Amino acid sequence: MKMPIYLDNHATTPMDPRVLDAMLPYFKEQFGNAASRNHAFGWEAEEAVERARKQIAELIGATAKEIIFTSGATESNNLAIKGVAEMYAEKGNHIITAATEHKAILDTCKHLEKNGFRVTYLPLQSNGLIDLEMLKEAITDKTILISIMYANNEIGVVQSIAEIGKIAKARGVLFHTDGVQAVGKIPVNVIKDNIDLMSITAHKLYGPKGVGALYVRRKSPRVQLTAQMDGGGHERGMRSGTLNVPGIVGFGKACELCQQEMATESVRLRTLRDRLKDKLTSELDEVYINGTMESRLPHNLNISFAYVEGESLLMGINDVAVSSGSACTSATLEPSYVLKALGAGDDLAHSSIRFGLGRFTTDDEIDYVTNRVIEVVRKLRELSPLYEMVKEGVDLSKVVWTAH
Amino acid sequence: MAYSDKVLDHYNNPRNVGSLDKNDPNVGTGMVGAPECGDVMKLQLKVNPVTHIIEEAKFKTFGCGSAIASSSLATEMLKGKTVDEALDIKNTVIVQELSLPPVKIHCSVLAEDAIKAAITDYKKKQEVATPVAQQA
Repeated sequence: MKMPIYLDNHATTPMDPRVLDAMLPYFKEQFGNAASRNHAFGWEAEEAVERARKQIAELIGATAKEIIFTSGATESNNLAIKGVAEMYAEKGNHIITAATEHKAILDTCKHLEKNGFRVTYLPLQSNGLIDLEMLKEAITDKTILISIMYANNEIGVVQSIAEIGKIAKARGVLFHTDGVQAVGKIPVNVIKDNIDLMSITAHKLYGPKGVGALYVRRKSPRVQLTAQMDGGGHERGMRSGTLNVPGIVGFGKACELCQQEMATESVRLRTLRDRLKDKLTSELDEVYINGTMESRLPHNLNISFAYVEGESLLMGINDVAVSSGSACTSATLEPSYVLKALGAGDDLAHSSIRFGLGRFTTDDEIDYVTNRVIEVVRKLRELSPLYEMVKEGVDLSKVVWTAH
Repeated sequence: MAYSDKVLDHYNNPRNVGSLDKNDPNVGTGMVGAPECGDVMKLQLKVNPVTHIIEEAKFKTFGCGSAIASSSLATEMLKGKTVDEALDIKNTVIVQELSLPPVKIHCSVLAEDAIKAAITDYKKKQEVATPVAQQA
């Protein structure tokens, strides 16, 4: 077994070697600018880009012309939200999103709030899902956009996207979804799901970093955007800038592979993930799964080991790469806002670990990680005054703590 | 973030883990922090009634590796000191000894608070215990 073991596939995925092979020629002989219209170098690059556009479109049930290349999902999210807000400003100034979106959505919305837009941040139910009735009630005649992510990057909960899309359509509101965690992992279809705009990135689906796309619907309705990058008018005028041809080729190949392998891969990962979950929950007491298992990415497990702090747990399993919602592991020193939004209490956020399985995760790795986690949780609970108190029958919620 | 060798050592081999009888008049117990803040330290010390020297110190900590290391080190530092000497233990010594980075300084502060809380508890018990002893 190769150490350390990588189980942080929601942060990024390793590139599939087949993707790298597809990219290499475009770094070397086929280096042309896809916008060069008058020689073979340009034609070759353009042909490669158009092939990739088709591969990406096919994965999500779109047409090639609806794919706008960007530098990644942060840019796609910015372009979608700011682009719609500016283009449809005359129609309204209200946007609906959720409190647990990625920062690229939340901070973009906060930016717009400073410029006179009104934003509703929907809370989550304790299972991690949006309350659809609450969404319906939040829509006003000023609402121009709903942006709800397809699947959450921390808890892996998959929203009722098709339902949300239907609600948006019925009210004539555009629907954007951050599809980063879902596309390539579970079936996503922009037609069936009533999606008008969707952000995707290559590096979460075994492609290279630095390249992403925004799906922009062209028919019923034809979505328009105000460009956020001025220049040569590339990408139907929506995103200027010379295309990252090798990156795009890799992105396309990665999507093609996902489409071919998703059915078998998702079953394999779900089985492995469930094995991890079942062993952890049967061997250890007081473990809590964050977010519903009913509607969840097959390769995600987010679990809290009560009375054990997340960073100390990561330290004990230092040959395993995972993430924690603990404050100590975040740059802001705040516990995960996603877990807090589930309403389970900050203490469970501090105790949470996110496992993200991937294409290259093996059975042996999962068995090794399971045993390590059990061992370290037991050791840290020996050290935990909270676990001791609970075992003595103390109700921790009644203790007066000296918060600091 | 990379941990210092000393933090790793205390994390991997924590010293003086455990609990003392909190009802013993010679035992002082300090519990500081809060679960929702992500760290809780329980530190206990046992004072020899004749020599007034701290004979035993035990801890249990819910917190990150640096918090565990800070409290583990604190128990080591307490042993052999008088109660008054123990009151002089400053968090800066813990920071230095464990090479804690700025974001982890609060772990050392918590350890200092735990020491102070344990001593306060011990002294309170002594005040209560002494008049009772005189009466008898």
